[in-house]
Amino acid sequence: MPAIDLDRVGPGFADPVHDAQRVFRSLLTAMAEPGRIVTLDLPLVPPPGLSLAQCATLLTLADRDTPVWLAPSIDTPDVADFLAFHCASPRVGSPLGARFVVLPDLAQLPALDTLDLGDPAYPDRSSTLIVEVTELAEDGPLELQGPGIPDRRRLYAGGWSTATTRFAAANHAGFPLGVDLVLCCADALAALPRTCRITESTGASSCT
Amino acid sequence: MTDPAAPERDLPERRAWLGLLARAPAHALRAALTHIDDRPPFTWLRQPECGLVMVQARSGGSGARFNLGEASATRCVLRIDGGPVGVGHVLGTDAGQCGDIALCDAMLQDPRYADAVREQVLEPLGSQEQERRAERAGRMERSRVDFFTLVRGDD
Repeated sequence: MPAIDLDRVGPGFADPVHDAQRVFRSLLTAMAEPGRIVTLDLPLVPPPGLSLAQCATLLTLADRDTPVWLAPSIDTPDVADFLAFHCASPRVGSPLGARFVVLPDLAQLPALDTLDLGDPAYPDRSSTLIVEVTELAEDGPLELQGPGIPDRRRLYAGGWSTATTRFAAANHAGFPLGVDLVLCCADALAALPRTCRITESTGASSCT
Repeated sequence: MTDPAAPERDLPERRAWLGLLARAPAHALRAALTHIDDRPPFTWLRQPECGLVMVQARSGGSGARFNLGEASATRCVLRIDGGPVGVGHVLGTDAGQCGDIALCDAMLQDPRYADAVREQVLEPLGSQEQERRAERAGRMERSRVDFFTLVRGDD
């Protein structure tokens, strides 16, 4: 493991134990209610390349047992040293071996078969994708259904394309295998676990 | 650090002062540090956190390595505002002592404070440590038994 240059590493959580507990609670809420947007209220300065929500999620969940893959455009010394210092996470060269896959936008989603979808005996041993989006709103063209959602929930995620919808559909079709998505936008995040059925509709009155 | 060779070059000296600071009694370090009036403000990169380290040993100093047991240890990292980064590692669970070590380490790397810390902290702690060692060596010396075998004149 290369030496960490501490000169470019900033502080992590101001209150490591309680901040991590708060973020963990928020992530539980987001995962249990897919599409619900939770806002993190933390005095955290992420390294350039990561948003506050991405940084807080990694600080809370990543440790020395969870390999992390960073998309090439954010695989900078700033981000790498920050993760190495605060999380002690090993970084891997391909998303296949990674527990956490960190992406700066939805356009860089790798193909589903290049991700770790878990093992049929242990579907939980799959990758979680931590993706930054330009905008996140609780009303929009994405219609979510599934566990944790009473009837339907709507979501808008900046940068979502039909390719993303196909990715999500294929991911859901492989249940119980598949990856879970955490969409981050500045200090807000929403989760789209593999249980979530996502359809793209145009009008706001699509409830039949 | 713009010069990649700099950390390597500073390593032996820095290792020596970190060892001296970590071995010094917490109260002696704190007392020495209070002699420095303009201690700089700093930011925690890693607040003091306690954990366990596995102490390994070799029997006789040269045998196979084995796990002797766990010891509690505390570590922290801080940055002097607009200055260098200091680290503190110390046996035990004294967060204050650990912070003092890290602050000294950072100040020793900062030309604005290095001389004051050398004079007020490192030198007194160094001589105190030598006294402790000499006193202990003296105690050991008084109770030392020299074993020797008389040459038997039977050949």
